[in-house]
Amino acid sequence: MRGLLVGLAITGVLILTNAAFTGAFGSGVAMPPYLLQVICLAGINITLAVSLNLINGFTGQFSLGHAGFMAIGAYASAYFTVTFGDRMRAAFGVLPPFARDGAVLLVGLAIGAFLAAIAGFLVGVPSLRLRGDYLAIVTLGFGEIIRVLILNIDAVGGARGFGGIPKLANFFWIYLFAGVTILVVHRIVHSSFGRTLVAIREDEIAAEAMGVHTTRAKVISFIVSSALAGVAGGLFAHYLMYIHTNSFTFLRSFEIIIMIVIGGLGSISGSILGAVLFITLTEGLRQFAQYRMVLFSLMLILIMIVRPQGILGHKEFVTFLTRRRRQLGTDQGTAAEGG
Amino acid sequence: MTTFLQQLVNGLSLGSIYALIALGYTMVYGVLRLINFAHGDVYMVGAYVGYYLSRKLRGAEPSITGAILVMLLSMAACAVLGILIERLAYRPVRREARLTLLITAIGVSLFIENVAQLLFGADPKFFPSLAPSADFVVAGVRLTSEQLTVIAVSFLLMILLRFFILKTRTGKAMRAVSFSLDASKLMGISTDKIIAITFALGSALAAAAGVLIGMQIPKIDPLMGIIYGLKAFVAAVLGGIGSIPGAVLGGLLIGVSEVMVVGYLSSTYRDAIAFGILILVLILRPQGLLGRVQKEKV
Repeated sequence: MRGLLVGLAITGVLILTNAAFTGAFGSGVAMPPYLLQVICLAGINITLAVSLNLINGFTGQFSLGHAGFMAIGAYASAYFTVTFGDRMRAAFGVLPPFARDGAVLLVGLAIGAFLAAIAGFLVGVPSLRLRGDYLAIVTLGFGEIIRVLILNIDAVGGARGFGGIPKLANFFWIYLFAGVTILVVHRIVHSSFGRTLVAIREDEIAAEAMGVHTTRAKVISFIVSSALAGVAGGLFAHYLMYIHTNSFTFLRSFEIIIMIVIGGLGSISGSILGAVLFITLTEGLRQFAQYRMVLFSLMLILIMIVRPQGILGHKEFVTFLTRRRRQLGTDQGTAAEGG
Repeated sequence: MTTFLQQLVNGLSLGSIYALIALGYTMVYGVLRLINFAHGDVYMVGAYVGYYLSRKLRGAEPSITGAILVMLLSMAACAVLGILIERLAYRPVRREARLTLLITAIGVSLFIENVAQLLFGADPKFFPSLAPSADFVVAGVRLTSEQLTVIAVSFLLMILLRFFILKTRTGKAMRAVSFSLDASKLMGISTDKIIAITFALGSALAAAAGVLIGMQIPKIDPLMGIIYGLKAFVAAVLGGIGSIPGAVLGGLLIGVSEVMVVGYLSSTYRDAIAFGILILVLILRPQGLLGRVQKEKV
């Protein structure tokens, strides 16, 4: 009951903020379009980072293929809304326009998430049996294969890119789903299944000896993570209205990796911090665009040398402030990888 | 049939490039159990060093001595780069979790790529021709002198490497380190030195590959190392990571299959085929064609 109320309150606040940002309460509180776009892209990045952290940070399985699942979500949902959107809007004729758009977007996102989840299952079953660094390369490979396959589908534009996508996503939907992602990952991590995942991260062999079905747990975690990446992809497509496979190369996956590594692998608030930090620096250093990635890569190396657990480590922001150590995140285990 | 033979020759010459790069992956993986993501970028730097050196030689006629000089200098430069990467980035985190090492490697790779874009410019450059060029036609198959050079030089280097690893004292130490880092340290081997030598050797081979690719496909750009590096890594895994003959075999197989896919199917699948092979290998024979099974121990 309390959760429902909090959820409703957050939704209300998001609707009001969205209205204020787009200028419904006068131009005084309206956001400049550029800033609003940056804020929205930050929201998508938060969804991507938190979802990737479920598999990379909490389960300890290093995936480098997040962009591929994002691409599936983006293309599948965009194909749906472009092809069936008008018919569905007509069928929902009785609803007010924003509800019709919302319904179309939700169905599109659901389809994107579902297909991304299926892809996550297909990729996860063979590759999650592999050890850490092999897994990284295989997921990177799968991400690229997904991209190349999409590039060869003419119905979604192929090399021309896919344009004419209706602008259905906005601040409200992006942050609603960022919130949903945070909630889902938070609830998973704090369930008994989440403890299974952390056990796998800390020592896979020991977890297996304790009776954990490691492959099954890893695959489930991977599927959830992929589905959420699919949602982020769908929002990305319906916010920018044009997508191209070049937006989903492994460099995109690396960017998400940078966000969660900087923030702290295995910390939800760390991922949010990392995502916001990443986009702030990216946009803030726009006039030094060519030095940007040099800075990020240098930061990545330095953080690994000085503080390999990231800014927040395994801790969450609240516990980080109060300096209390939660049971979940014992200090960064150097023995995370047995061998 | 002629087309097939022609594709086979093209594939072998591309494959020997992959093989040269794959050797570096496999050697570093052998001693550190690390996928050196930056290795493909070392190869790119090798190509660029070769490019700038041959610009210096411009005016002089293309000559074999010039080509050899360019290649040796480029190999030396990259050997130094390899040692620097190991010393500055990998050594400080060597004792950390393997994931930390992997993320560091990704960081180093991104760093080199972006610094290269600043230094060399993001536009592709065109490699000048280094050696006099000629074409031969054997049984309807066209062999360019560049292709022959690539194949010959690669095999020469691979034979030298094999000799070094099997017959010299340092090579023996390298094999010991890759067998067990801790035990070889106890046996009085200076492991830091051996690891540095491994990086230097691997990087020099990558630089040779960079100069060779410049002679064959003259267009070079700062991001060329990514895709070549990944394919060479796949080659190393296909052959059995840690195995030197395996890396050569894997490289040739990847090169030939890639050229065949481009020739008979579609060039858009060019980059997908290597990953397809990788996934099949990891499912069917994770230790690779010539690799040994390693038991997972606690």
